[in-house]
Amino acid sequence: MKLTGSQIVAEILLEQGVDTIFGYPGGAALNLYDTLYEYKDRIRHILSAHEQGAAHAADGYARATGKTGVVFATSGPGATNLVTGIATAFMDSVPLVAITANVSEHLIGRDAFQEICITGVTMPITKHNYFVNKIQDLPKALHGAFRIANSGRKGPVLVDITKDVTAATMDYRPEYTPEEKEIPASIDRKLLKKIADLINGAKRPVLYVGGGVCASNAEKELNQFMELAELPVGYTLMAAGVVGADNPKCLGMLGMHGTIAANKAIDRCDVLLALGTRFSDRVALNPAKFAKRAVRIQVDIDKSEINKNVLVDFSVISDIKEFLQQLLPLIQEKHRGEWMEEILEMKKYSGDSKTSDAMLHPSEIIGILCDNTDKETLYVTDVGQHQMWTAQYLKHNHTSKFITSGGLGTMGFGYGAAIGAQIGRPEKRVIHITGDGSFHMNLNEACTAVSQNLPIITVIMNNQVLGMVYQWQSTFYKDRHSQTSPQRKTDFLKLADGFGVKGFRATTPEEFKAAFLAAMQETGPVWIECMLSKNERVLPMIPSGGTIEDMIIG
Amino acid sequence: MTTKKEVISIFVDNQANVLTRVAGLFGRRGFNIDSLTVSATDNPDLSRITIVFEGDEVGLAQILAHTEKLEVVRGIYPLNREDSLFRELLLMKVKCNEENRSAIREIVDIYRGRIVDLSKESMIIESTGAPEKIDGLMKMLEDYEILEVCRTGVTGILRGWKTAPEITDL
Repeated sequence: MKLTGSQIVAEILLEQGVDTIFGYPGGAALNLYDTLYEYKDRIRHILSAHEQGAAHAADGYARATGKTGVVFATSGPGATNLVTGIATAFMDSVPLVAITANVSEHLIGRDAFQEICITGVTMPITKHNYFVNKIQDLPKALHGAFRIANSGRKGPVLVDITKDVTAATMDYRPEYTPEEKEIPASIDRKLLKKIADLINGAKRPVLYVGGGVCASNAEKELNQFMELAELPVGYTLMAAGVVGADNPKCLGMLGMHGTIAANKAIDRCDVLLALGTRFSDRVALNPAKFAKRAVRIQVDIDKSEINKNVLVDFSVISDIKEFLQQLLPLIQEKHRGEWMEEILEMKKYSGDSKTSDAMLHPSEIIGILCDNTDKETLYVTDVGQHQMWTAQYLKHNHTSKFITSGGLGTMGFGYGAAIGAQIGRPEKRVIHITGDGSFHMNLNEACTAVSQNLPIITVIMNNQVLGMVYQWQSTFYKDRHSQTSPQRKTDFLKLADGFGVKGFRATTPEEFKAAFLAAMQETGPVWIECMLSKNERVLPMIPSGGTIEDMIIG
Repeated sequence: MTTKKEVISIFVDNQANVLTRVAGLFGRRGFNIDSLTVSATDNPDLSRITIVFEGDEVGLAQILAHTEKLEVVRGIYPLNREDSLFRELLLMKVKCNEENRSAIREIVDIYRGRIVDLSKESMIIESTGAPEKIDGLMKMLEDYEILEVCRTGVTGILRGWKTAPEITDL
């Protein structure tokens, strides 16, 4: 059957089970969008306000559904506007396929209108990318893109297609090709036994878990393991929610703004088992002293993560679920009374603080959210203080609840991601928590939430400052608050009204609760602006390069 | 950990942008490339890249693991000094005259180089060999006026019967 390049794109999307895409049209993408018109019954296209929003939406969609997110953009500025979104997905290992149109082949390299070499631009932030200027190469590139995005350590792939290819025709037989499953490398039995022996014989073991646990859906195995061998668990931001907050073995979040208990336990432990995590500088703040008393074991699907930041004694290259399934039969049931006593003692101190004159504290906001939502609720955050407060105070129970830009720390990620999450999970409640700084970056996506009539509740923690940087300036720069008090006069209620969003404002916990309960009744988007003190800090905190001894406690 | 010169050999798909992908990765990960050669192999679908860089043991393992992840990389292995043969080509233009011409020629002969171009004021010396030999020749010619130096960078291969595809584990 003769199909155009654009039709091949659409057919391959359908083959891959893609029924929803995000994007923004443009000149070079005209043929692609003309074909989408033809396929509109089978492929739903969500139009964003800005390509960055579309990229974050595809990312949020992928994180909420587990499917590969797909984003479309035109050449030049359309493509470059995706860059932050692609980089965000790259840093958090989110499967994403970005399809961009470029100018026609005869114009390539001539600085044509809206021409940019987006494969060159995105090389460092994609797992792989393709430049397709011959229609014969198109099916292979698209199939490759989906395979790469969703295999091994997941991540974004970009396919750039010249406009002439989107119009050219070739024989293409749409056929469903089953996804190639990578054969998991077998785990060395001796090494597995050695690791089991270390865990079984440990006096003060700790599990350090990251996003890889979520990516391999290993929550069940992790919890089994934790219960069987009585292992305290500290998690990274990317794994918030993999263990229940009420579990005595749950140490909470690790690292810079992690709990006292989690950081102390890492410092004290004699065996550290790191699962699907990369010892980032926000967790292993001082890599030379991280878990310095421990035999360190690292398990990761990506070989290049081994010994990247912290040197380990043993390492296994494996999917986490696979590893735990093989390890579990070798693990003895244990009760570590003494170690657990020590852990519970550490857990007594929270180290957070509340500014005395504040009417409303972030912990009260998050507390009210938790108390009035069920476990199925999806939480999406932006980046900054509100993100850390949400991570700290949310009573996480299930991983899919928490969607946040961990690695790249992208301010402006939240609204787009929340839109994608809600599109992918229409049956779930999506709560988007943001700050006045982050929200100002991409709040234009409100128009998308309105046109799609998405009941996303946006909680804006408005402290009138760019809080995280403000806090650092207060702590480390002698209160020299350079460019962090913007004196904005934005009236969020009026702005909400202008977009067609329902707006609320809260200055006390009571007002917030009332607003939130009202918001839960709405069927379209809602904003709740919460007035906070600018002096509220995220605590505890270990400064960059510091250790548990340097911890700042409220 | 001590750093030393490492040589790695990479088989890559013979297609556009491959060199950028590999060289860009080294740059991004903070590895400084001393020399790099790319050339065809007996398989038209594959090219071989040989890279020399300064690194320690951990760094070497890291960059091998990162490079291996690239979609275009089909095989990669380190070439250690004991088991490998390294060669480099030198072209060097030296200022000379009737008086010192034969002295230069003598040095070139000892190093089994060749004089491949001669003019009244200059000559071009060609030499192939291990990088140390090239270094030695250049050192000996330091006393003369060197006008221009061109080195290809190292290319290498394993000694003996073993060939690259047999080496699976890094």
